[in-house]
Amino acid sequence: MGETILTIDDLHVQVEGKPILRGVNLEVHAGEIHAVMGPNGAGKSTLVQAVLGHPRCEVTGGRIVFLGTDVTGMKCDERARRGLFLGFQNPVAVPGVSVANFLLAAMGTRRVDGQPQKISIKEFRTALKEKMAQLGIGDSFLGRSVNDGFSGGERKRLEVLQMLMLGPTMALLDETDSGLDIDALKTVAGAVNRYAGSSVGVLLVTHYQRLLGFVKPHRVHVLVDGCVVRRGGPDLALDLESVGYEQLAAEA
Amino acid sequence: MDGPALEFRASYEEQYGFREPERYVFKARPGLSAQVVDEISEMKGEPSWMRQFRRKALDTFMAKPMPTWGNTELLQGIRFDDIYYYIKPVERQGRTWDDVPAEIKRTFDRLGIPEAERTILAGVSAQYESEVVYHSIREDLQKRGVIFTDMDSGLREHPDLVKRFFASVVPPTDNKFAALNSAVWSGGSFIYVPPGQRVEVPLQAYFRINAERMGQFERTLIIADEGSKVHYIEGCTAPIWSTDSLHSAVVELIALKGAHIRYTTIQNWANNVYNLVTKRAVAHEDAIVEWVDGNLGSKLTMKYPAIYLVGRGARGEILSCAYAGKGQHQDAGGKVFHAAPRTTSTITSKSVSRGGGRASYRGLVKIHKGAIGSKVNVRCDALLLDERSRSDTYPTMEVDEQDATIGHEATVSKIGEEQLFYLMSRGLTEQDAMALIVNGFFEAFVKELPLEYAVELNRLIQLEMEGSVG
Ligand SMILES: Nc1ncnc2c1ncn2[C@@H]1O[C@H](COP(=O)(O)OP(=O)(O)OP(=O)(O)O)[C@@H](O)[C@H]1O
Ligand SMILES: [Mg+2]
Repeated sequence: MGETILTIDDLHVQVEGKPILRGVNLEVHAGEIHAVMGPNGAGKSTLVQAVLGHPRCEVTGGRIVFLGTDVTGMKCDERARRGLFLGFQNPVAVPGVSVANFLLAAMGTRRVDGQPQKISIKEFRTALKEKMAQLGIGDSFLGRSVNDGFSGGERKRLEVLQMLMLGPTMALLDETDSGLDIDALKTVAGAVNRYAGSSVGVLLVTHYQRLLGFVKPHRVHVLVDGCVVRRGGPDLALDLESVGYEQLAAEA
Repeated sequence: MDGPALEFRASYEEQYGFREPERYVFKARPGLSAQVVDEISEMKGEPSWMRQFRRKALDTFMAKPMPTWGNTELLQGIRFDDIYYYIKPVERQGRTWDDVPAEIKRTFDRLGIPEAERTILAGVSAQYESEVVYHSIREDLQKRGVIFTDMDSGLREHPDLVKRFFASVVPPTDNKFAALNSAVWSGGSFIYVPPGQRVEVPLQAYFRINAERMGQFERTLIIADEGSKVHYIEGCTAPIWSTDSLHSAVVELIALKGAHIRYTTIQNWANNVYNLVTKRAVAHEDAIVEWVDGNLGSKLTMKYPAIYLVGRGARGEILSCAYAGKGQHQDAGGKVFHAAPRTTSTITSKSVSRGGGRASYRGLVKIHKGAIGSKVNVRCDALLLDERSRSDTYPTMEVDEQDATIGHEATVSKIGEEQLFYLMSRGLTEQDAMALIVNGFFEAFVKELPLEYAVELNRLIQLEMEGSVG
């Protein structure tokens, strides 16, 4: 087992006074891919957003430890600079800000051992071209405003592009597979597979066995009503398809 | 590809708000009187028609009441008796920067003017207090007959042109502050572009207030003769004083048949400056006039660049952008008068309010009877960065011609928690995230600026976001 990257320890979260997560435990080690599945409204997005520190998610108990540091009280940007990344289920538009400028601004925040990481425009361009080719993204993408008028699939690709560019130690991808056609799904899955090496952790939130046909998770966690009700290997996802969440929750 | 200037961390104070000691040739007593007006005219050695014009304008100013609309409360705060109406900083204008006194040159160096002059401009005019202290124009333009000088020299050297057009677009009776400017005007630019001459590289004027309780009243007149083209840019800054200063300019543009004038303003006065300006243009047949007007600074700005479309096929464009921070009220907008057939215009207003600041859009569109086939499009977008800030719109449309097309659209939005979280989840601090969102909001304006100014504006916005979040 690789070193521990992310520990979610008995996490309780409220959103607008309403308890959503009720004691979630989850541990990701280097080199692992985890999948979180569960019905609509189970709290999957709340979980990954709480890990990144969304101000709406009020942590009422437990803690989040990233690379040995308790990040529970940290602001979102600080967590990001330490190497946490969230691919959004519904990325918002930022009108007037081009994809290129946005990526450059985000890259400018990178830290290695706490020191700002200098990247020249040339290196930036080279890296960008390479990742865009990997994801089958055309050049015209760069001049467009971030997520503004993007199709569902384009938004998801932009999320993956950001992940590849920023190179986080821990990537949480919230339904990055939703809204992709089969070719796009294969491309994105391929990129995630390549990204998930021995030194990083990946956590995928997904509804579909379909994605797991392309990305092999080491662990699958089933979240129902703010609690993890089942854990297992890749086969658990298959069981889910046949049994459904309700029965699974009842069995638990 | 240029990212937001994330490393930029200076404050207005350091960057623009510095002061230099006063070593002036002449400083009139504070307050306004016939004597002060005569003194100004006397020192400038003006022809008698101008002296009479000034005296008459002074009477108009005294007779007119203060505006009863807009931010009357702030307007009441102007202490007309405490203001210095005329300060002559140097004996004569410099032709090279070495001719300019060291402390004044230092000011313009810090503002990057000589640098811009060398790299991106075709001519520069630098006004310090009441007078233009340095002036230059590229030789090739001069050879082509282009006149770019300060207004006082314009009056001396081109009396016929000045007499014909001066105050022809903005008469002193137009409003109280136009009357004030007409009485005590000093400096500003005079530009004449001969028929068919197209000046592709911008001309720039920079206006600097240094003294406390200063009143700056420059007067600008631009005449673009048939088929000519010119782009004029103005910028301005001032130190931060605890007492208020007054800037009240009058700008007149005349675009003759087929001419094209673009007038760009980046107003960045300190927050103790009242900025009450009258800007108006006349566009003749097939002429184009564009006002690109950015207001970032000042305590209260009241400015509505206007365009009279008097010739068939004339086109007008007003792009007004405002940023209202703590203690600021940006009352801006535009006016267009369609007085000829097939004239077209657009007014785009973008405002951002923060920290209790207030941005108002005030617009007037009038379509006169007979302006058949005319088209107008008005669009106002406001962005509020917090709950305390305010935005309002006062659009007026007067349509006396049935055969015209009019569009109007207005939006108000709040900066979203989701937008902030999204950007911050990529590592951007809250203030950098805000700056990026605001820069994006102003993109329509920024892309109209020459690159160097666009970069500068992005920096200014970055600076405005400093300390905006706790
Ligand atoms: N902004 C919000 N305000 C109030 N309640 C919210 C908000 N966002 C989410 N919730 C509530 O939190 C609960 C969990 O939502 P969450 O988005 O985490 O579910 P999910 O598992 O990601 O669902 P899905 O599969 O539909 O994406 C839901 O009951 C939802 O209504
Ligand atoms: Mg979700």
